Amino acid sequence: MNFHAVKAIYTFEMARTFRTIMQSVISPVVSTSLYFVVFGAAIGSRIETIDGVSYGAFIVPGLIMMSLLTLSISNASFGIYFPKFTGTIYEVLSAPISHFEIVLAYVGAAATKSMMIGLVILATAAFFVDLEIRYPLVMVLFLVLTSVSFSLFGFIIGIWADGFEKLQIIPLLIVMPLAFLGGTFYSLDMLPPVWQTISLANPVVYLVSGFRWSFIGTSDVSVWVSLTMTLVFLAVCLAVVNWMFRTGYRLKK
Amino acid sequence: MPPALSIRNLTKTYASGFTALKGVDLEVQPGEIFALLGPNGAGKTTLIGIVCGVVNASGGEVRVDGHEIVADYRKTRSIIGLVPQDVSLDAFESVWATVSFSRGLFGKGKDAAHVEKVLRALSLWDKKDEKVINLSGGMKRRVMIAKALAHEPKLLFLDEPTAGVDVELRRDMWEMVRGLRATGVTIILTTHYIEEAEEMADRIGVISKGEIILVEDKTALMQRFGRKKLELELAEPLAALPAGLAARGLEIADSGRRLVYSYDTQGERTGITALLAELSSAGIRFRDLETRQSSLEDIFVDLVRERA
Repeated sequence: MNFHAVKAIYTFEMARTFRTIMQSVISPVVSTSLYFVVFGAAIGSRIETIDGVSYGAFIVPGLIMMSLLTLSISNASFGIYFPKFTGTIYEVLSAPISHFEIVLAYVGAAATKSMMIGLVILATAAFFVDLEIRYPLVMVLFLVLTSVSFSLFGFIIGIWADGFEKLQIIPLLIVMPLAFLGGTFYSLDMLPPVWQTISLANPVVYLVSGFRWSFIGTSDVSVWVSLTMTLVFLAVCLAVVNWMFRTGYRLKK
Repeated sequence: MPPALSIRNLTKTYASGFTALKGVDLEVQPGEIFALLGPNGAGKTTLIGIVCGVVNASGGEVRVDGHEIVADYRKTRSIIGLVPQDVSLDAFESVWATVSFSRGLFGKGKDAAHVEKVLRALSLWDKKDEKVINLSGGMKRRVMIAKALAHEPKLLFLDEPTAGVDVELRRDMWEMVRGLRATGVTIILTTHYIEEAEEMADRIGVISKGEIILVEDKTALMQRFGRKKLELELAEPLAALPAGLAARGLEIADSGRRLVYSYDTQGERTGITALLAELSSAGIRFRDLETRQSSLEDIFVDLVRERA
């Protein structure tokens, strides 16, 4: 194991975050506050409790999950795409570092950043609503698994992308809609039966549901199903990354 | 001691179908400076890319210091330093940070003294806290070299190291390369500047269309292919050569003010003595004379042209 190399990449990636710490922290705090003002206060005041909690408290897990998804993808995709764009990737490819170590360093840094922001959003939410986390360990488990899985997904996008436009297409056109339609702001029970069935094809439903279960103890789908689906997504991402490195897809000529 | 670099039957065909390397064989011994010359698209950068792990080979075997580059990549890459042709740096990092990053990436622990030594050797010490984006083109190229030297490589690849840099920096780099060789580092450089190879290399390889067409000791190459020219500056301009002298292969140059005589340095007789006697008897007087060795560039052009 080349610990020095993993540390060098991880530290380098984290340093980039700390250089823009104000932007990294203030931006999610502001957007979360806006969600609470619009959905929690303005709309939520007209909605009765859902699953025994206020609407404001109900949407907290979904908001955190939505941020985790988008931030994990953007952090990891940018992290690997930028060296490709500038040409500095040659150094990583010519270093005595295994594929696993490269992924560990880049994805580890991206996941760390999104988990940090996830916790910042959680702290911000605590100012607006009374929060109770029934199963803190499960919450942490979902936080880590989601950050790692979607950082891996972002890493795949970063390798696949050959332009800044492609870097944005999947997060904007696929991930964001899935996040909004994944039960962030509502319970699946509130949908007509046919849409409930269709929603089960949305992987984000399982993430939000499992994460919400750790907060309020109830969920749209079983927490075990959520956990299984998350692990399946993680395994698929790992398999794709492995294939990309083995073949040198868009990394090596 | 195994060769610093051993390449056997190396081939590379890109996805586009273009074959960049066609069964290259090459050996470079420890401690030597080897110059790889070739026109654009000859396969120089592909060859270096494969050895360093940036390009996948299609076939063949490459060993660095006796270790196979795929099976034993950790070992081989940790002893290789690469300075690519294009300047690619993290613009917003400081010089110190980016050089230290390279050291870590290649598996070495922090060593401020070594990084300082490298930066001082490349006249970068007073720029160590400067962000890369603020450096001049020449300074950025020095940073590229500093990054490649950060992990104390035993085999250093310099891919067109002085392309587009000023004369002063070029001289500095040559000096640095000689200094590295003195510490036992093997250096392989590709260059378009024949002068560079002529100045520094111990051995020269010429690659053309993906094939190594010649590998030879520089001095031997110069002797083997080298021709000399004797140039005579005439006292009075000459309109045409006297009949007897025309057969000697003399050329009139500079509007009749100079006579140029080419001869083979390896020949038993150069013919100079006879030529000077004939000029004298023909009443052709000259003010000055000089001899000039063909440059490596002349040799290189001839070799590539022969193969075309």
